[in-house]
Amino acid sequence: MEEVSGGILDMIGKLMTKSSRREKRRDVHLGDRIFYYSLKASAWTLVFVLLLMFGLILQMAWPAFQHFGWRFLVTNEWNSVTSEFGALALIYGTVVSSLIALVLAVPMSIGVALFLNELAPRWLSTPLGFFVEMLAAIPSIVYGLWGLFVLAPFLRTYVQPPLVDHLGFLRLFEGPPLGVGMMAAGVILAIMIMPTITAICREVFRAIPQSNREAALGLGATRWEMLKLAVLRSSQAGMLGATILGLGRALGETMAVTMVIGNNPDIKVSLMASAQTMASILANQYAEADSPLHLSALTAVGLALFLVSLTINGIARFVVWRVNRKYVRGH
Amino acid sequence: MPADNFEREKAIVNLQHEILNVDNLHAWFGDFHAVKGVSLAVQQGQVVALIGPSGCGKSTFIRCINRLHEEVPGARVQGRVTIGGQDIYGRGADPVRIRRYVGMVFQKPNPFPGLSIFENVAVGLKLGGISKRTVLDEQVERALRQAALWEEVKDKLRQPGTSLSGGQQQRLCIARALAVEPPVILMDEPTSALDPISTAKIEDLLHELKKSVTILIVTHNMQQASRVSDKTAFFLLGELIEYGETSQIFTNPARPKTEEYITGRFG
Ligand SMILES: Nc1ncnc2c1ncn2[C@@H]1O[C@H](COP(=O)(O)OP(=O)(O)O)[C@@H](O)[C@H]1O
Ligand SMILES: [Mg+2]
Repeated sequence: MEEVSGGILDMIGKLMTKSSRREKRRDVHLGDRIFYYSLKASAWTLVFVLLLMFGLILQMAWPAFQHFGWRFLVTNEWNSVTSEFGALALIYGTVVSSLIALVLAVPMSIGVALFLNELAPRWLSTPLGFFVEMLAAIPSIVYGLWGLFVLAPFLRTYVQPPLVDHLGFLRLFEGPPLGVGMMAAGVILAIMIMPTITAICREVFRAIPQSNREAALGLGATRWEMLKLAVLRSSQAGMLGATILGLGRALGETMAVTMVIGNNPDIKVSLMASAQTMASILANQYAEADSPLHLSALTAVGLALFLVSLTINGIARFVVWRVNRKYVRGH
Repeated sequence: MPADNFEREKAIVNLQHEILNVDNLHAWFGDFHAVKGVSLAVQQGQVVALIGPSGCGKSTFIRCINRLHEEVPGARVQGRVTIGGQDIYGRGADPVRIRRYVGMVFQKPNPFPGLSIFENVAVGLKLGGISKRTVLDEQVERALRQAALWEEVKDKLRQPGTSLSGGQQQRLCIARALAVEPPVILMDEPTSALDPISTAKIEDLLHELKKSVTILIVTHNMQQASRVSDKTAFFLLGELIEYGETSQIFTNPARPKTEEYITGRFG
């Protein structure tokens, strides 16, 4: 996500300028000098652009905040005709679709990571791991097309009718099976965040000393018991970090979600109903917003999303960093 | 090999006390032949030191005795190993069950992160299906006492095993291995990552332990081998060069290679 890498680069920029200052006296060569100053300039440009972006968004969003106050975050009427804008349904859509994605993707990713790292022979794990990583390289719009033309019809025909028949009483699965909607968005997000979570889990598992696994095997653990004892138990914090990073991706994902969620800013219990997320409403309505208040309200949603993603990524990085440090210190 | 035949005859004489018998053991990593036809017999209650220069196959050898060697991708074993008369490479022998009865202590202390001191010691018992609280309590205390750690940890059994010092962690790992009362314990340079005081504690411990367990210990430290062991086996390039009473090996080795090694001329 652009916003987040902006934040990281900002930090790197700061670190870079700081440590370079100490070296400066040694840079007697003109070339080094030029190099140093051009790097310094680009680092500061990044910081500046980020701040500018933030300031501009804040400025644009201000009228909406002023007009609606707290109501903006706690009401769910989103109507450009009556100029009533409340973001609750969008927040709900973002949170629920991301949670569906996590519920599906986290166990799956941990399973795949365990299989690739701990069970599969190398001739299988190398190409398979590469394949999983490739999933992250597919453009969002391609996921969206696939979701629209393959996933949604599949859900509509094979998954949703039985859910309605057998679990309809749960209210999560009531109403007409449309295919597009919250469920499709959650599933597509799950597929999209799986490579991230898998890759981080693989790193976390790789950091565990081999002797821990051998200790478990040496005590007569079966393979599964060994994985529980020596791998999963000591990776809890790392897996949590992976989950939060996955969540960060899911919250901000725009294009694919816009194409499969049905774009209806409403709060419905049923996962089969159409919904809307913070990111998808921006993609969907920005071009056609005509009143200044509508535009401002959309920008306010963008600002909220920006802050949420930044916070989530910050937490994830902190968790992962703490885990890594623990391993470096511990063994 | 004359030393070998001698050992074999002695083993027959002491058959009733013989706990471990290794016959013509070979081990490979892929194409690399790491252990080349090693045979030795160990009597119950003895401490056997395995010495030899780095890379001569000591670790590989002891990892064949609890069937851990085969966990390395591409690794292979050939030969016969019996523990208490049971052929551990025989048909139908289950490596998981075998490892439950052959303890192992590694070079680096490796208590399970995320498990308390108590849980670390209880792991083997739980894997063996023991879940009764009173039995666990009793066995954990016994194992910790045997490992000379009980007095230091009895008030903090719920703390993580990794919170202990290096030497304590290694004794915790010894306790973890002892908890299931294995007839044989394998130790792979158990003190090489420890300070001299922790090392001395573990050496003292071995003298106590051999009353109830047979111990195979790999060591790089010649003094340690002569202090703790009853018998010494000298390995070189995957072969067992000489095996005999520790006092004899260190004072009057039968083979010139052995003498060269223990007098520090190579390795
Ligand atoms: N996992 C492995 N893969 C390939 N070769 C190995 C592996 N582990 C050990 N070896 C080789 O096997 C030989 C014996 O190793 P090892 O038993 O660890 O020796 P020691 O414990 O006596 O130092 C060495 O030459 C080593 O390079
Ligand atoms: Mg070794």
